[in-house]
Amino acid sequence: MQKITRDQLVSKASELLSNGTVCCVLGWGMGEFDYDVTPTVFNTVEELNNGFVFNDFCGANFSKYLVSKAAKCDGKILVLLKPCDTYSFNQLLTEHRFDREKVYVVGIPCEGMADVSKVKAICGEGILAISSNGDNINVTTLYDENPIVINAADVLAERCVNCKSKKHVAYDELLGDEGEVIESNRFDEVARLEAMSADERFAFWQNELSRCIRCNACRDACPACTCEKCVFDNPNSGVENKSPANSFEEKLFHIIRAYHVAGRCTDCGECSRVCPQNIPLHLLNRKFIKDINEFYGDYQAGEEVGMRAPLVNYTTEDLEPGEVFDRGADNA
Amino acid sequence: MQRVGVFVCWCGSNIAGTVDVEAVSEALKSEPGVVFSTNYQYMCSQAGQDMIKDAVKEHNLTGIVVCSCSPRMHEATFRKTAAAAGLNPYMVEIANIREQCSWVHKDVLTGTEKAIILGKAAVAKVNLNTPLIPGESPVTKRALVIGGGIAGIQTALDIADAGFEVDIVEKKPTIGGKMAQLDKTFPTLDCAACILTPKMVDVAQNEKIRIFSYSEVTEVQGFVGNFDVTIKKNARYVKEEICTGCGACVEKCPMKKIPNEFNLGMDNRSAIYIPFAQAVPKVATIDPNACNMLKNGKCGVCSKVCAAGAIDYTQKDEYINEKYGAIVVATGFNPISMDKFDEFAYNQSKDVITSLEFERLTNAAGPSAGKLVRPSDGKHPHTIVFVQCVGSRCESCAEKGKEYCSKICCMYTAKHAMLTRDKYPDTEVYVFYIDVRTPGKNFDEFYRRAVEEYGVKYVKGMVGKVTPEGDKLKVQASDLIANKQLHIDADLVVLAAAIEPDKSARPLATMLTASMDTNDFFTEAHPKLRPVESPTAGVFLSGACQGPKDIPETVSQAGAAASKVIGLLAKDKLTGNPCVANSNELMCNGCSSCANVCPYGAISYEDKEFRMPDRTTKVRRVAVVNPAVCQGCGACTVACPSGAMDLKGFANSQIMAEVDAICK
Amino acid sequence: MQVNEYKPLIVAFCCNWCSYAGADLAGNNRLAYPADVKIIRVPCSCRVNPMFILRAFQRGADGVIICGCHPGDCHYTSGNYYTRRRMAALFSMLDYLGIEKERTRVEWVSAAEGAKFAATMNDFAKTVASLGENKRLEDLRCKK
Repeated sequence: MQKITRDQLVSKASELLSNGTVCCVLGWGMGEFDYDVTPTVFNTVEELNNGFVFNDFCGANFSKYLVSKAAKCDGKILVLLKPCDTYSFNQLLTEHRFDREKVYVVGIPCEGMADVSKVKAICGEGILAISSNGDNINVTTLYDENPIVINAADVLAERCVNCKSKKHVAYDELLGDEGEVIESNRFDEVARLEAMSADERFAFWQNELSRCIRCNACRDACPACTCEKCVFDNPNSGVENKSPANSFEEKLFHIIRAYHVAGRCTDCGECSRVCPQNIPLHLLNRKFIKDINEFYGDYQAGEEVGMRAPLVNYTTEDLEPGEVFDRGADNA
Repeated sequence: MQRVGVFVCWCGSNIAGTVDVEAVSEALKSEPGVVFSTNYQYMCSQAGQDMIKDAVKEHNLTGIVVCSCSPRMHEATFRKTAAAAGLNPYMVEIANIREQCSWVHKDVLTGTEKAIILGKAAVAKVNLNTPLIPGESPVTKRALVIGGGIAGIQTALDIADAGFEVDIVEKKPTIGGKMAQLDKTFPTLDCAACILTPKMVDVAQNEKIRIFSYSEVTEVQGFVGNFDVTIKKNARYVKEEICTGCGACVEKCPMKKIPNEFNLGMDNRSAIYIPFAQAVPKVATIDPNACNMLKNGKCGVCSKVCAAGAIDYTQKDEYINEKYGAIVVATGFNPISMDKFDEFAYNQSKDVITSLEFERLTNAAGPSAGKLVRPSDGKHPHTIVFVQCVGSRCESCAEKGKEYCSKICCMYTAKHAMLTRDKYPDTEVYVFYIDVRTPGKNFDEFYRRAVEEYGVKYVKGMVGKVTPEGDKLKVQASDLIANKQLHIDADLVVLAAAIEPDKSARPLATMLTASMDTNDFFTEAHPKLRPVESPTAGVFLSGACQGPKDIPETVSQAGAAASKVIGLLAKDKLTGNPCVANSNELMCNGCSSCANVCPYGAISYEDKEFRMPDRTTKVRRVAVVNPAVCQGCGACTVACPSGAMDLKGFANSQIMAEVDAICK
Repeated sequence: MQVNEYKPLIVAFCCNWCSYAGADLAGNNRLAYPADVKIIRVPCSCRVNPMFILRAFQRGADGVIICGCHPGDCHYTSGNYYTRRRMAALFSMLDYLGIEKERTRVEWVSAAEGAKFAATMNDFAKTVASLGENKRLEDLRCKK
């Protein structure tokens, strides 16, 4: 499915390591399963040759890791960024979260990543091995000695189906061609929810959010959630995790989290990708993005470095909070 | 844990009439931290205050809750009481059980119930109060005035008069500004130079005032009382302290065809020049773009004729650093460009001029020595058309004009029309207007004289088109009252161009972190109550940089700004409001969200080294709030994603505690 | 015994310079509004963190109203403009989650508008009372 191969990436990374441009590489390493690819730091060409992985499950957005990793290297760190990752990269630079000089960005093309839950929906559990095969994916499971062949397009992750941009907005070096921003239908689902009655919406979200196990994976993967101390971990914030006195943040965790990243969220979709309960968390963030676009004009976080986020900005002509409801689809 | 004392006030029957005060003080006894609770007829009376003081001593109180009238009424009183009892004054919280309870509820049960809840919220808050100490910072007793027009001159003179040092920075070679270019001033018709130039001389001779002419401000650091300013003195290639202003160089300079800015390009000056006879400082300046010696090293005449030896072709731009306690912005205005107003043929005909050009044409020191002539052929104009609101009140044409009223045009046009008819009674004068606005002392009388005594033809309607034809200007206009089209063959057309803030204002506002409106006028700290202060502490506004103004308004605002500056400089130390934002550097991401929303520019960033748990160190960018600049609005606390930014006196935990107490 | 009539619990955040003074003025003029409204004083409406509002709802508030100076009149020049954006975003999100939009409100009340303050609170209390108890924010999770 991907146009670029593992070998091309390893050779580019090895070249940059060998000629001293970078001192380490932030890339994908093998996890427990083929579909379980883990962000890994490679320090040598040998490590790259042995451990570097690139397949249809390399969804992880590395931008966030730069906040902790960039400062730790003596030289530059090489990071491989897909187009959507570069928006997060710019947003983090806007927020001064790492030093641009410490990073060497290689932009890599992306044809969309696969969603393992969609694969499992077709093949069932017990996956032993997955490999790419042109436009198809071959899946070997415990229960069948012959690989099941599925069409890669059928298991494309939601965020890739609704890909907003194939353009790299930041890079030092680009592998492949410069892509374009795409007219996507990513707000359709939000609009569908908006069109429901309040009772239906409540029922929808109750059903979704009631599955939350508060594992914090969404927060931990989110490139906008890089706070030195998260409010949910801070006993003085009033919304922290372990307060026995109330169940406040349990219920409103997701509202607060979405609000905290509103205007800064690039819609990279990591929250939904990592959610073990498959809660469509991106629909919360996209609601904010859609609102911001409609209320204050189109804004894509991370499009450029140094942009002022809409919620730390204003015009004297902004609409009143009461007016926001009149713009919704029903609200009768 | 705090030891809180609760004091419930009856306010005579004002509170006690609708609230069972006994029940309130009783109920609050069992709140966490409360060690003493009582009620009294008038808590704010001497006896009431003594009761509080005694209780502080007797019960070793660390916090006080007074359930009484609004904190807007007596918070200050009870803070003083606490201080007198040896407590930090910020350990007092007020529960407003009068204005917001007993006075708005009729039923005693309801009133009492609510008063108890409000009391609980105050107790919950005071439990989390911390002693606050207002910060102090010293004041540099010197002011900077940016802009040397009448606004800057008046401000500087008033500040100097109070005994403080003032520096004026003016980007032109001389102070004087727009007023120096004017002929007469409305509505008294005294000559502008006659009233301005003595003030310019006063400035020059005042020991307390320094003039940095041909200079600009390039950097501003610091905050109220302690600004650090870099001033760039442009090279004028003439030693200012030696030049006597004799003018020999100007006379002998061979480059004589340079458009003269002071006369708006209607005549020429030499490459070395003194803008006008009464310039202050009266020092020559070499225009580096026109001087042959500076361009290719061929000439040197001025150096030869200068008896004082003041010419220095090697002079470089000089940077001066100076400290100031206060900064006054007096950057003034300019007429807007007429380039986009093709309908008036400004760029096609020399005989279509702006009002400021008209001022120069009628000025005795102007290009025609005060004789009103057509710029094209030097002939006397017999028909003059004045067009009002060119680019002002331009709602539909925002791309070329301004939405606002430029305010001064109605009056100066009446003046121009009247003076023309007075001096040249054979001239026909038309004025086209949308409205004539004359709200000022003796303004309407002045306008009526123009119409009634001098026979100026005022026509309500706009000029649609001006077409040069032969030596005439065909003016096509509408008369809205007679409801007909007018065609006038004019000899001269004068456009009352809208005025806009000087272009240097925007970058200056950025340097000062002072806010501006969409038209680039500086915003006031409060439009009614603090009209000469910028929201940025220590930055003051004088003159047209804040909005269109005439001379009397400018002068009064200049005086007002000066008095505010004097009030600031008279203090040895500034005591701040202790309820300011503060950032917990351990939690700060350095993301700049807080600085983005701060209206005062109180937040800066520094790189700080942190020891990590694994004994390594990490350098991180963290926010630092300057307590002398912060006004305590709290915008930053909500913008901060990590909650590192908090507000003293209204901390997140305190407000949450109030919410909890109310919702329990 | 009388029937226990449902009384809504309403938290009103008022900025110190305009709306809190407006509330005081309502008191001075003895303009009645329901005692269900409890006011918390903040320096500026921009001090109101969405977390405070959510906290109030979680602790059982049935309605939350934020009052500040009229746009353009903010004591701190721009605070209420930020409030306007923040609350527009938050309220829209609450509505998106199916939480009754009538439970939240922003009103601009100046120090001179005692009558407006009382009228606003009467109206808001009435609206919130008609919605009944706020269950949804407590019920969002774990209740099937």
